[in-house]
Amino acid sequence: MSEPRAVVAGHGEYASGIISAVQQITGRGDMLIAVSGAGRSAAEIEALIRSTLAERDVRVIFTDLHAGSCSMAARRLMRGIEDAVLVCGANLPTLLDFVMADGLTPQDAATRALERGRGAMMMVGPSAPPAPAGPTGGGTA
Amino acid sequence: MTLVLHRIDDRLIHGQVVVGWGQPLDIGFIVLVDDAIAANEWEAELYRMGVPDEMEVFFHDTASALAELDAYRADERAGILLTGEIGTMQQLVDFGGIRTVNLGGIHHKPGRTQRMRYVFLTEPEADALRAMAAGGVVITAQDVPTARAIPLPDVLSGATL
Repeated sequence: MSEPRAVVAGHGEYASGIISAVQQITGRGDMLIAVSGAGRSAAEIEALIRSTLAERDVRVIFTDLHAGSCSMAARRLMRGIEDAVLVCGANLPTLLDFVMADGLTPQDAATRALERGRGAMMMVGPSAPPAPAGPTGGGTA
Repeated sequence: MTLVLHRIDDRLIHGQVVVGWGQPLDIGFIVLVDDAIAANEWEAELYRMGVPDEMEVFFHDTASALAELDAYRADERAGILLTGEIGTMQQLVDFGGIRTVNLGGIHHKPGRTQRMRYVFLTEPEADALRAMAAGGVVITAQDVPTARAIPLPDVLSGATL
């Protein structure tokens, strides 16, 4: 059993689904707490994320879409929590890197995971753009 | 083009609006009418950050929206008129020129009862919708374009629950 280190919030079953993938790959899914915006008002989403941060003592929030209600709610509540960090557009490589970042603070782990998640995107096929020079991200620490 | 969607959605700008409707309708601008947000630059900036660069957002209180409505209708781009409150949309409807209203998301809060998965209404709010419909406005509930548009009578009766 690991200590929770972040909230994952988004549309539909995004959070529980991606956390189940993290659990299957790393066994560390319990480091992430799922919040769904489905069926909730903006105020309800904000209250739910706020109470989860307080009760579980976490300061990192991952969301699926920067224009989404969960991201809006997170940005709004962060006004009163100076050490909170929000990463929007989180993908599976982002969360894998985050949960495997032993030895880093959650905030530092989120910073590194953001870069790894960005670098993990790739396209394969005849219309794929040339691969960028240098090492690519996407590993799990 | 003109205002192609008149939507009541208490989440205002979010994924369904920006992506779900915004992309297939090729939306170029959103007119967000909300007295509180129009008076709060921080909140307005929060919503502005939620839209892509190619989409413009205009914030208005109800009074200034009424004054600008015809100008937005003359815009060459396709636009969304967006309110979080039924009463605000009713004032815009009363001004004239709105023939359809989309119920996007009106979520639970004290005093409201559930009518659909994503529509909760107080009786005064239901009456306001009935009044708009009686005036000839076609009101349907439809969270995303691919969903079936539910007519107001079925919304009010809870037929889809």
